[in-house]
Amino acid sequence: MTHTKNRTRVSAVKTDAGFEIWHVEDYTVPVVSLEFAFQGGAAQDPGDRAGLASLMASLLDEGAGNLTSDAFQEALEEKAIELSFDVSRDRLSGSLRTLSEHADSAFELLALAIREPRFDADAIDRVRAQMISGLKRDETDPGALTRNALYRIAFAGHPYSQPVDGRIADLQNIRRDDVAAMKKRLMGRSNLILVAVGAISADALAKGIDHAFSGLQAQPDLVSLVPTGMDGAGHVEIIDLDIPQSTLYLAMPGLGRKHPDFMAAHVVNHILGGGSFTSRMWQEVREKRGLAYSVWSTLRWSAFADLFMAGTATSNERVAESLAVMREEIAKMAESGPTDEELEKAKAYLTGSYALQFDTSRKIADHLLMLRADGMPIDYIDRRNDEILAVTAEKARAVAARLFGSARPLVIATGRPQGLA
Amino acid sequence: MTTLPAFGHFHLENGLEVVVIPDHRAPVVTHMVYYRNGAADDPLGKSGIAHFLEHLMFKGTDANPKGAFSKIVSDVGGHENAFTSYDYTAYFQRVAKEHLARMMELEADRMTGLVLDGPEVLSERDVVIEERKMRTDSEPSGQLQESLFATLYVHHPYGTPVIGWGHEIEELSREDALGYYQRFYRPDNAILIVAGDVEEAEVRRLASATYGKVKRPNSDRPERRRVREPEIRGSRFVGLADPKVEQPMTQKLYLAPTYVRAPENDAPALEVLSQILGGSQTSRLYRALVVSQASAVGVGSWYWSDALDMGQFGLYAVPAEGVSLPDLDAAMETVLAEFREADVTPAELSRARTRLIADMVYAQDSQAHLARMVGSTLTTGGKIEDLAQWSERIRQVSAADIRRVANRYLAPGKAVVGHLTKAAA
Repeated sequence: MTHTKNRTRVSAVKTDAGFEIWHVEDYTVPVVSLEFAFQGGAAQDPGDRAGLASLMASLLDEGAGNLTSDAFQEALEEKAIELSFDVSRDRLSGSLRTLSEHADSAFELLALAIREPRFDADAIDRVRAQMISGLKRDETDPGALTRNALYRIAFAGHPYSQPVDGRIADLQNIRRDDVAAMKKRLMGRSNLILVAVGAISADALAKGIDHAFSGLQAQPDLVSLVPTGMDGAGHVEIIDLDIPQSTLYLAMPGLGRKHPDFMAAHVVNHILGGGSFTSRMWQEVREKRGLAYSVWSTLRWSAFADLFMAGTATSNERVAESLAVMREEIAKMAESGPTDEELEKAKAYLTGSYALQFDTSRKIADHLLMLRADGMPIDYIDRRNDEILAVTAEKARAVAARLFGSARPLVIATGRPQGLA
Repeated sequence: MTTLPAFGHFHLENGLEVVVIPDHRAPVVTHMVYYRNGAADDPLGKSGIAHFLEHLMFKGTDANPKGAFSKIVSDVGGHENAFTSYDYTAYFQRVAKEHLARMMELEADRMTGLVLDGPEVLSERDVVIEERKMRTDSEPSGQLQESLFATLYVHHPYGTPVIGWGHEIEELSREDALGYYQRFYRPDNAILIVAGDVEEAEVRRLASATYGKVKRPNSDRPERRRVREPEIRGSRFVGLADPKVEQPMTQKLYLAPTYVRAPENDAPALEVLSQILGGSQTSRLYRALVVSQASAVGVGSWYWSDALDMGQFGLYAVPAEGVSLPDLDAAMETVLAEFREADVTPAELSRARTRLIADMVYAQDSQAHLARMVGSTLTTGGKIEDLAQWSERIRQVSAADIRRVANRYLAPGKAVVGHLTKAAA
């Protein structure tokens, strides 16, 4: 089949201060999107301060320099500049979006937030209360309960077991000193990755980036973490919640993004449960049996652990059947891998759909940032489809057997599931 | 700088309306078909039929049986989905541009060629029942939402959930679905929107060769006969208590006219009012309740401005630890009263206008977003020109306009208040 050439051209912009920015210059829409990340995120939270990185990140746009929280927000809104920060287990990330006419002001406000966040006491209390409110809501949210339990059990003893948004008791103990120290620990010039897309020249971009980030210390101060496998294989955890439908997750060890078999695993996962309406799980669980509205599977890779996960939400009395169907599909895949036809179709889908990730500035920036975080080279978007096409039936079968062969998933069900215990 | 790109706009002979939104940055297209019917057109006693039919539309036709459409979309690396709203039902695919013709052929085929004759109708009904369980039956906040709408709209079908009431979904049949399909799915009741790396001439050619062959039925185009919501003078309260509620909240809803129904410039004024009231961290509600009084941890407001019939205006607050919901209601009412009694400041007005107008520029970064804006505008009584004029209308909103609409629509006694609270287990 023919492939539409990717029109997105990424160039590397080197700044005076030594940063390298991946830059896509495009003036169609007068908007600039900047995405950046400091490697090392919530997994750096101290054991008794779960949620510290997340709280700190939420405070970066709550006042900086001479501007109190309210004044800082007012300055952003006067020019419709969007600035936000977020934390995952591996990263502290930031996102800046501005009309190109206000790019200077946007970089100025970003620089303030990065260099001189105030961490005022009232802002800390306010954001802490907002986070605690969210955590309370999560106490009866089936999705959040299931996810948290999965990480707690799968990564027991590792920082990944801690919830990114923290624990109420931990949050209550966090003081301003903790927040300021965490900011210093996470932000360095060496662990920063940057991507910009839109209506801005390389020169203006480099100037803005240096203004915002060159004052940071060279190195962050990160605790070194060790890779971890998955605990809890074969365990079934039931979380009681009085609802008519159970949320069901299962997890098994996965594969890292740079593993030589990763693309083969990616294609196999697509066929099993990752693909849209055509995956085996979707066909068996939803189309043939009407057991659930949605069923999915995914490969989750991160810096220190990799999982294969699958999930659905189904009536309590149909949980056992849904789980059995999903496990059977996993076992079948381990046994004989995908058919040749499935493999060809999956490769056609995955190569054909790649272009859809490049139709908005933000999507391009997000995708490029993810590639950088994974350590991919700058021309990767032009090579990625070749890697998919190189997956042979043999490789697919081998990776399916390897991933799913000793299938003893960790199972989490939240609700009042019948027939599981 | 806030001008929209030039859209192509024409009709085929069979009545199909077509809009083309060129965007050549990536070699992809978004292909959408909107039907001018939604959940508010469900026949009495058949709530949920529009949404159920949307699910069934993926089942197949004689030419492309048993999910062939989805398989083809997937084979070419496309994304697809569909959604049902009160006023419209829409289907879309996003594909590399060379597959556009194939998508048009397939979508045109299922406009009138749907076949429903197997057990999949009933298993799909089970899927919808699971969907309802997921969104509502397992979610106290979803249940409050449903109760609030049912209370705000006492007569109009916007008070009935899009997915339908559980007991009526369970009774929906193949005949119900086909009857509804034959009534509404026809070229003169549909709008084709193509956004992305195409030109109008090419879309015109492809559309004529595919959709152009779908016959317009001899019967009159379906009319949407909607009842009008009466003016209810009493304020109303809805309480929902559930042991699973760990974070209470309060909401206040008002009926408010949408762009196509509102007199003068009430609609843009309500839009700006909503932004100043609860649209940001410098909004009145945020500054008063979250920052100054620390009585709430979260606040916000919304204006449902693109409905065919009566829309709504709403605000909510999530209490801080130890604050009662009635106290929070009083605090919200104090903030609202300021809008009725005094003008907003020039700085507030300027910030809100800037923000809203910028949103229109940001929207242009996404062809899919633009396509959805066009689709919802055209299916809710608006015109394409409305989109181009929108920024100017926002710019012209004055402080006096805001004060007028606050008094006209957000008076005490017109609200429906909803509380979500924790019940003793």
